[in-house]
Amino acid sequence: MKVLVPVKRVIDYNVKARVKADQTGVDLANVKMSMNPFCEIAVEEAVRLKEKGAATEIVAVSVGPQQAQETLRTALAMGADRAILVLTDQDLEPLAVAKVLKAIIAEESPELVLMGKQAIDGDNNATGQMLAALLDWPQAAFASEVVIEGGKAKVTREVDGGLQTLDVNLPAVVTADLRLNEPRYASLPNIMKAKKKPLDVKELGSLGVDTTAKLKVVKVTEPPKRGGGIKVETAADLVMKLKNEAGVL
Amino acid sequence: MAVLVVADHDNQTLKDNTHKVVTAALAISGDVDVLVAATNTAALAAEAAKIAGVRKVLTAESAELGQGLAEAFQDLIVGLMGNYDAVLTPATTQGKNFSPRVAAKLDVSQISDVVEVVDANTFVRPIYAGNALETVQSSDAKKVLTVRPTAFKATAEGGSAAVESVSAPAAPAKSRFVDQKIVKSARPDLGAAKIVVSGGRAMGSAEEFQKIIEPLADKLGAAVGASRAAVDAGYAPNDYQVGQTGKVVAPELYIAIGISGAIQHLAGMKDSKVIVAINKDGDAPIFQVADYGLVADYKAAVPELMSELAKVGR
Repeated sequence: MKVLVPVKRVIDYNVKARVKADQTGVDLANVKMSMNPFCEIAVEEAVRLKEKGAATEIVAVSVGPQQAQETLRTALAMGADRAILVLTDQDLEPLAVAKVLKAIIAEESPELVLMGKQAIDGDNNATGQMLAALLDWPQAAFASEVVIEGGKAKVTREVDGGLQTLDVNLPAVVTADLRLNEPRYASLPNIMKAKKKPLDVKELGSLGVDTTAKLKVVKVTEPPKRGGGIKVETAADLVMKLKNEAGVL
Repeated sequence: MAVLVVADHDNQTLKDNTHKVVTAALAISGDVDVLVAATNTAALAAEAAKIAGVRKVLTAESAELGQGLAEAFQDLIVGLMGNYDAVLTPATTQGKNFSPRVAAKLDVSQISDVVEVVDANTFVRPIYAGNALETVQSSDAKKVLTVRPTAFKATAEGGSAAVESVSAPAAPAKSRFVDQKIVKSARPDLGAAKIVVSGGRAMGSAEEFQKIIEPLADKLGAAVGASRAAVDAGYAPNDYQVGQTGKVVAPELYIAIGISGAIQHLAGMKDSKVIVAINKDGDAPIFQVADYGLVADYKAAVPELMSELAKVGR
């Protein structure tokens, strides 16, 4: 089974995003960038499927700038076999990314697409579901367990109030939630090996996909700041303040 | 232009999220219909018909809709969109599951997690874990939105909309529901509770979490939440998680106990009306958003808080 894993280069998980003074976006100059944490979980799951013998080949794909090659090298160091970069400096909307991935899937014919449920920059939580719809494939979003058996994926999903299990026919799109696994750190020998693994770069324009933006960003602003709070000394003070000052008890 | 709102329910009762998303829909159009898709819709539709401002309630019944299969919702809603200019869905795990499929089938961009409707084409949504707010203008003829319910007030009751049934789509051929484990709780729903008591990694074990957090929550009639660290460590179940990737809550009172206040946790609770933090580390970032901070070990502070609450009749 061939597994395709789309990955995204985003602001590092531990860095606080700062809004640009001119309100055109978030300042990413000189900010540490990393693989989106949910994409890391998806790569890890694909590697585990290969280690279990359920997957035979893992292809990592990214749609982004030249620097996304670093993100793909991270995926290769974790255990992906080869990588494809669809090169663009545009910031694509989820629907456009899904269309690009659909074009790659037409060339690669994977039986499973494993990807993160959301990127921590745009927080859209949409690309995987959109891709499934464009392909008319079944989906299992927000996975916390994936079992491949008999041409199907049995996926446990995180839903409001608990867990749900679905059986989906392959090919399918599965999106990873936080508790699917804990991604490994790539070892130094694997990082060295990853440098030699194939990484194919395609120009976005060569795919013939319409990626025109449908949304215009009017402005990006800082959220309202909370007024400064106070420290209380004792639990008794706290209860008095909550009752008499805040009126919430 | 008419707008469709997809109702949120658990096949038994209609959730308040529906009323909140109707408020968002009414900011776009005066013609708002509600779609109730479930195993059995009679009781749910009767509740939806009472929401003030609703023009019509549409019902569709099938086992797969009751199970929430994304493919079934996609087919149902796409089939109805000839009559609507926008579809709004609560940004719950269920809404996030199917709504992007609808957008893709309509070849439009989804606008996720809307917190403000500026006008019929312009919306505000949080990005980067709520550290920035993005105002976007859509050029799509049809809008597909998920709406963050906590950002809108629920509409009142008092409507008497007509109920009309529509045919359910065929069962999805490629996916099948196996089972579901929903935690039954006597406590209020985390997303809708007036008070939320959350515990963090400092609890150290599931037993301690249950011993400290749950009695306090029950004393206050509150829902129980947890930080990602506490959930990852297995101290609390996954559906307790408050944060960027868990639930977003905005109760009247949020009490964070032993939670340091990572960016992604703050993203899930910083719109609460009053925030209380109890943490022994006075430099913890949670204190930067807390209205009332108590620098203390929760082991001593929570029992004290329990007895002080008892003194004021809670």
